[in-house]
Amino acid sequence: MSFMAAVALVVRKDLVIETRSREVVYTALLFAVSCVLVFAFGFVNEGRADPAAAAAILWIAIAFSGTLALGRIFDRERQNETMRALLLAPVARPAIYVGKLAGVLSLLLMVQAIVVPLVALWFQAELFRHASLVIALLATGSLGYAAVGTLFAAMLARTRGRGALLPVLLYPVTIPVIIAGVKGTVALLQAEPNLAIARAWLMMLIAFDAVFITLALWIFEPAMAE
Amino acid sequence: MSKVFAPLLVVCGAMFFYAPFLIVGAPYEATMGLVQKIFYFHVPSAMTLFLSAFVAGIASAIFLFAGRPAADRVAAAAAEIAVVLGIIVLVSGPLWARKAWGVWWQWDARLTSTLVMWLVFQSYLLLRRYGGPGSERLAAAVAIFGAALVPFVYWSVNLWRTVHPNTNVVPTLAPSMRGPFWFCVAAFLCLYVLLLTLRTALESRRSELDALYLALED
Repeated sequence: MSFMAAVALVVRKDLVIETRSREVVYTALLFAVSCVLVFAFGFVNEGRADPAAAAAILWIAIAFSGTLALGRIFDRERQNETMRALLLAPVARPAIYVGKLAGVLSLLLMVQAIVVPLVALWFQAELFRHASLVIALLATGSLGYAAVGTLFAAMLARTRGRGALLPVLLYPVTIPVIIAGVKGTVALLQAEPNLAIARAWLMMLIAFDAVFITLALWIFEPAMAE
Repeated sequence: MSKVFAPLLVVCGAMFFYAPFLIVGAPYEATMGLVQKIFYFHVPSAMTLFLSAFVAGIASAIFLFAGRPAADRVAAAAAEIAVVLGIIVLVSGPLWARKAWGVWWQWDARLTSTLVMWLVFQSYLLLRRYGGPGSERLAAAVAIFGAALVPFVYWSVNLWRTVHPNTNVVPTLAPSMRGPFWFCVAAFLCLYVLLLTLRTALESRRSELDALYLALED
């Protein structure tokens, strides 16, 4: 079986399970919305929030709901003992990783499709003024975050204390991605958007994505060995 | 433990004893004066921190790919020392910053990235301690990511305009400061080698003990 065919199969499997139960999308989405709501009361003054606050809240909601989704997706694999079956499949291990990553990323993007307009609405944040750049920042940021998250969550599925350890491990490593995402979004939300700075942070995110995905692909195979 | 340990310990002790005299003898920096002297302590510990992060990352990679348990013990020792050195760097830095910049902490690229790297190794230690059996492999992956952050920390001061002095400071030191500075670097390296050997030996003893307990139960 070719690499891409194996990736497509893993993605299809995850999306079929998800469309039947819709569990991860619903819980992650509700969590992200409640996250935004909690912060809204601290940062909105007279109906408007500081652009920096809006950008930070958006990325915090993405990061937190991402952790929830990651934990749940791999919990499901562990409960049904399907992780072992997946790893026993006669396909390249990196293909399994890429398939899982694509599944996680599509879930994250689905959540963002609701949360981003909501933040724009509640905080009167001009997220759609430079829509293509905002989308590029969100996509590259989510990719870097999901690349590390998928690797760590897959490995944590076999250890004790998963729930507490995933955020503890994931946030320090992915802080550079979150910082770049927040800074890039803030540059676009200001009264006079600074496109050059936003593009510079986008380049930074692409660099982080390249480093993280390379490392994760390289590590996944030996790390998942029994 | 090797035979050079005891002589090295004596040499290291003597170097740390002599270092203050050298630092006192070094000239005052024109604008910062006395405060600059912390540089002889802050920079060598930061250099050793980078070294330790690299050692942890490379040893973890050897453990993951070659499956050598000895490399895992070196990585655990190096990560633990990296956390201690990180505390030294993150405490001595603000002491200087308070006098030089007027604030204890600034969210500048070098400071932030050093803090992030320190947190990564902190999470490595947490995972090893509370992750239970089988967490060594995941910990090794975390250490590799931590080591990958080192180049970002190092170049951050040159990439962004920040308040932290950049990497040109060390190569362009005044000759009268160069001697004491490299002496301090050598002293820290010596201390690092000692601590790493000691901590790795302790870790080896612990795994031997674990193996003995398992053998007893069987």
